[in-house]
Amino acid sequence: MSETQGKGKLALYWAASCGGCEIAVLAIDEKILEVAKHFDIVFWPCATDGKVRDVEKMEDGSIDVCLFNGGIRTSEQEYMARLLRRKSKVLVAFGSCATEGCIPGLANLSNREEIFETVYEETPSTENPQHIVPQHETEVPEGKLYLPVFYDTVFTLDQVVPVDYYLPGCPPEAERIWDAIVAILEGKLPPKGSVIGANTTVCDECPRKRTEKKIKKFYRTWEIIPDEETCLLEQGIICCGVATRAGCGARCPRVNSPCIGCYGPNTDVIDYGARLMAALASVIDSNDPQEIEKIIQDGIPDPVGTFYRFSLAHSLLRRKRKLIAAAAGGK
Amino acid sequence: MAERVGVYVCHCGSNIAGMVDVEEVARWAGANLKDVVVARDYKFMCSSLGQAMIEEDIKKEGLTRVVVAACSPHLHEKTFRRACENAGLNPYLCQMTNIREHVSWVSKDRAKATEKARALVAAAVERVKHQAPLEPFFVKVNPATLVIGGGIAGLQATLELADAGYPVYLVERTPSIGGHMAQFDKTFPTLDCSACILTPKMSEAGQHPNVTLFTYAEVEEVSGSVGHFRVKIRKKARYVEEDKCTGCGICVEKCPRKVVDHDFEAGLGYRKAIYTPFPQAVPRIPVIDVESCIWFERQKCRACEKLCPTGAINFDQKDEEITLDVGNIIVATGWKMFDCKKIPQYGYGRLANVFTALEFERMCNAAGPTGGKIVLRDGKTEPQSVAIIHCVGSRDSNHNEYCSGICCMAALKFGHLVLEKTKAEVYSFYIDMRTNQKGYEEFYHRLLEEGMHFVRGKVAEVTDAARRPEEAGKLIIQVEDTLMGKQRRIPVDMVILMGALEPQADAKELGLKLGISCSMAGWYTERHPKLDPVATMTDGIFVAGVCQGPKDIPASVAQGAAAAARVMAMITKGDVMIEPVVASIIEEKCSGCRICNNLCPYNAIEYDAEKQVSRVITAMCKGCGTCVAACPAGAITGAHFSNEQVFAEIEGILWDAVHGNGGAGVKEGQPVSA
Ligand SMILES: Cc1cc2nc3c(=O)[nH]c(=O)nc-3n(C[C@H](O)[C@H](O)[C@H](O)COP(=O)(O)OP(=O)(O)OC[C@H]3O[C@@H](n4cnc5c(N)ncnc54)[C@H](O)[C@@H]3O)c2cc1C
Ligand code: SF4
Ligand code: SF4
Ligand code: SF4
Ligand code: SF4
Ligand code: SF4
Repeated sequence: MSETQGKGKLALYWAASCGGCEIAVLAIDEKILEVAKHFDIVFWPCATDGKVRDVEKMEDGSIDVCLFNGGIRTSEQEYMARLLRRKSKVLVAFGSCATEGCIPGLANLSNREEIFETVYEETPSTENPQHIVPQHETEVPEGKLYLPVFYDTVFTLDQVVPVDYYLPGCPPEAERIWDAIVAILEGKLPPKGSVIGANTTVCDECPRKRTEKKIKKFYRTWEIIPDEETCLLEQGIICCGVATRAGCGARCPRVNSPCIGCYGPNTDVIDYGARLMAALASVIDSNDPQEIEKIIQDGIPDPVGTFYRFSLAHSLLRRKRKLIAAAAGGK
Repeated sequence: MAERVGVYVCHCGSNIAGMVDVEEVARWAGANLKDVVVARDYKFMCSSLGQAMIEEDIKKEGLTRVVVAACSPHLHEKTFRRACENAGLNPYLCQMTNIREHVSWVSKDRAKATEKARALVAAAVERVKHQAPLEPFFVKVNPATLVIGGGIAGLQATLELADAGYPVYLVERTPSIGGHMAQFDKTFPTLDCSACILTPKMSEAGQHPNVTLFTYAEVEEVSGSVGHFRVKIRKKARYVEEDKCTGCGICVEKCPRKVVDHDFEAGLGYRKAIYTPFPQAVPRIPVIDVESCIWFERQKCRACEKLCPTGAINFDQKDEEITLDVGNIIVATGWKMFDCKKIPQYGYGRLANVFTALEFERMCNAAGPTGGKIVLRDGKTEPQSVAIIHCVGSRDSNHNEYCSGICCMAALKFGHLVLEKTKAEVYSFYIDMRTNQKGYEEFYHRLLEEGMHFVRGKVAEVTDAARRPEEAGKLIIQVEDTLMGKQRRIPVDMVILMGALEPQADAKELGLKLGISCSMAGWYTERHPKLDPVATMTDGIFVAGVCQGPKDIPASVAQGAAAAARVMAMITKGDVMIEPVVASIIEEKCSGCRICNNLCPYNAIEYDAEKQVSRVITAMCKGCGTCVAACPAGAITGAHFSNEQVFAEIEGILWDAVHGNGGAGVKEGQPVSA
């Protein structure tokens, strides 16, 4: 920490995300006072007044820590990411959206055109006879108005600028946020580029009993009331806890609900969905290709939504690719 | 520090150079690939001069990594690793890439082949830079051997090992050892009595102090690896206590239930519900066939129990599971006969006097159902004419494409026996006469002289629909005689179908348990078809006899002996090197989810319930990578196949895409920012 001034400088920013991360910061409760003791909050548009031009005027590297939540889906968000990167010593991708794309990243299954069509034309509650959709430039009597460019693809923060640390979770748990703050305060940080958190997966924190896994049928959550004590996955419910980084304390499995994977992959795992699929494929209890096909078709109607719910934007494929010409032509 | 990589591109004479511009590949690698300090091509890299070239470069140029682009690593990985080791470089810092089987042998276009070879070299170079030095480790070889299958091949292997002083466990599925040879009367081409040469070996195996027999038993599960396999076998309940039974046979004699014996007598004879398959069976202890026994059917009888003088019958006996530790395994599970009903036009099962070759073997056997008399299905009439049809289910794209190899000779043997024992005319219907072993062609000539008739042609049909008066009551062979060039109808009394040798029905299943593979036809695959015919791709597992492919008794015996010799070499050496290419679990990362627990084909993963983590038993791991791919926590790493190595290899293979196109390359998916 900058010792000469005694207090560090902290910035928080909200890009393509739901805003839950902002609330999560407040969930550390009275400890926020502790934060205030050590940091001056120099920029936090959600909670305090602050202007971009103020940030622009700051010296490069003058912000000690920037907690950046949200992915990058517009040119404005990209600008802010680059600006805050330049101004900050330590840039933290805060929460699942900044880290992996999260739910907004599922928009990578379509593109700008399709999204605008759905949002501004097709939804039942929309009436848009003039077919007005957002434009980057608009002429009005007073002159030209500009809106940020809406990209085809949602990017994670580290796909746009170098990121120093990651704090996964949708949203990150208050305890983990506090742990990270302590680590920053005490200078006990892992190597750059790491996640500040555990190196194992949710099962490690889950009290459920498990044996060797053999799955004959996958159930969707509404189809079954699971036994309270046995591993959910062993009961045929897709619990992503096996593949998801620990940190939440196995919140979901503790209340009889499967882990959906918001804490992202474990350390050094390159593609979360591929890992999870490989794991589940390995424990399907059949050697008959037709039976296997049926188990999968019946039990997993939405594979992308199941395996890449939080991580599509950060996966190896990142987004829906163009249809191969032949397949597209055939349709 | 940057690595110093040497690249060596082999011509393999013209094997590679004939299709790949090897000079260009070497030049390109030297000019374009980062960290490559030497790149050479050479006529034969595997020659001593080629190896010396690598060794010299390692010393002079200070190479820290070596890439050899040549043939399959199966052939020469050891050669080049050794060369590196000789020059003081850890052998696992050498990477081979296959530009022969994967490129030159499968390409037609020289430019494209060269391009592909370049890509493979680039992949190997990128990968090798991430490779880490590894140290092999050694395990002791357990001197005990498991032999699966007690036919002639398995018996030979068993006795060779036992006589050399090593313990052998012989597991046989049926109630007696002996295999198919026990069913035969005479053996071609010398016509020695099958039993006379087989039974001494059977009783020797039965009494040998170094042999433990498990008959009526099967292999359930195999774990571990070369030097230290652990095998679970299931000994099926015989309902006869082996230590009490004296083999007196009273139970068999008194058992009131008689059923058709589809196994040993091939359906031609009968056996009792309690039976020994044949008089010279080893062991002589009978078994109760649960399917036919009256007691198991309706809780009545138990005559055997009442009459057994030693009280050996035990209706409460259960299957027994036995665990054996062995260093090596010899698989000698033999064959089964093609189901001749699959060719309905030959009438087996429909026309009474059509017989299979195995039925006929039993018929000729003096101890068989007819006492050695050759008679029609009625059990008394001697045939006046006999047709022997070759290649039934062999050399037939509808069934098996391969030649069963032995049936021509067996057909000649049958011809001889018919001519010797009856006054019948004998016809052989063959496609080609295959008699290419020692003494076989001579035997064919002998039959020509003895007056066997040979008709060259594939039989179209066997029918009892007479068209002419002389055909009435006969079986008519409809065939195109390709030597005479005309259709013929030949009426006979008896037809023998030379059914194909086929792999055992469970050959694939057993192969899976053992980790060895089968050919398309289902025969076990040897390590090398010419140079390593009894080893398999799995160290410590050998094959012998017909389970590896059709062959006669002499060849089966030779393989049994060869497999035993290979095993003895392993035992004498005392320990085996285990490749350090194994998986390991990073304890901190393992969440104890147990996904990996029952995936390992070699049972090398155990779960520590106390620490709630899984662990790889290194000596048992074969580095197959199954668990590495499956662990959702990324807690398992495979030495020599780390993420970095694999991704670097992929990036290398895409070298053109990344670096090519005038440097355009592949861009990171960055937004189009202003
Ligand atoms: C009609 C006919 C006549 C022939 N006549 C001659 C001849 O005259 N001369 C000649 O040289 N060759 C002859 N042959 C070829 C000869 O039969 C084979 O070469 C010989 O049987 C090969 O011996 P094997 O030990 O490999 O197999 P097999 O004799 O088939 O023995 C294999 C043994 O393994 C056992 N087994 C199978 N699976 C398992 C398992 N999973 N677990 C435990 N045990 C198992 C079987 O029960 C059997 O006892 C003839 C073949 C046929 C079809
Ligand atoms: S319920 Fe989910 S988190 Fe718990 S042990 Fe099973 S898979 Fe892991
Ligand atoms: S119980 Fe009767 S039928 Fe069964 S084996 Fe004994 S004697 Fe034969
Ligand atoms: S050995 Fe003769 S009869 Fe048998 S398959 Fe080969 S060619 Fe046909
Ligand atoms: S799959 Fe991975 S995390 Fe799960 S028990 Fe095995 S090693 Fe541990
Ligand atoms: S890599 Fe894993 S699955 Fe394969 S042999 Fe080793 S422990 Fe077993």
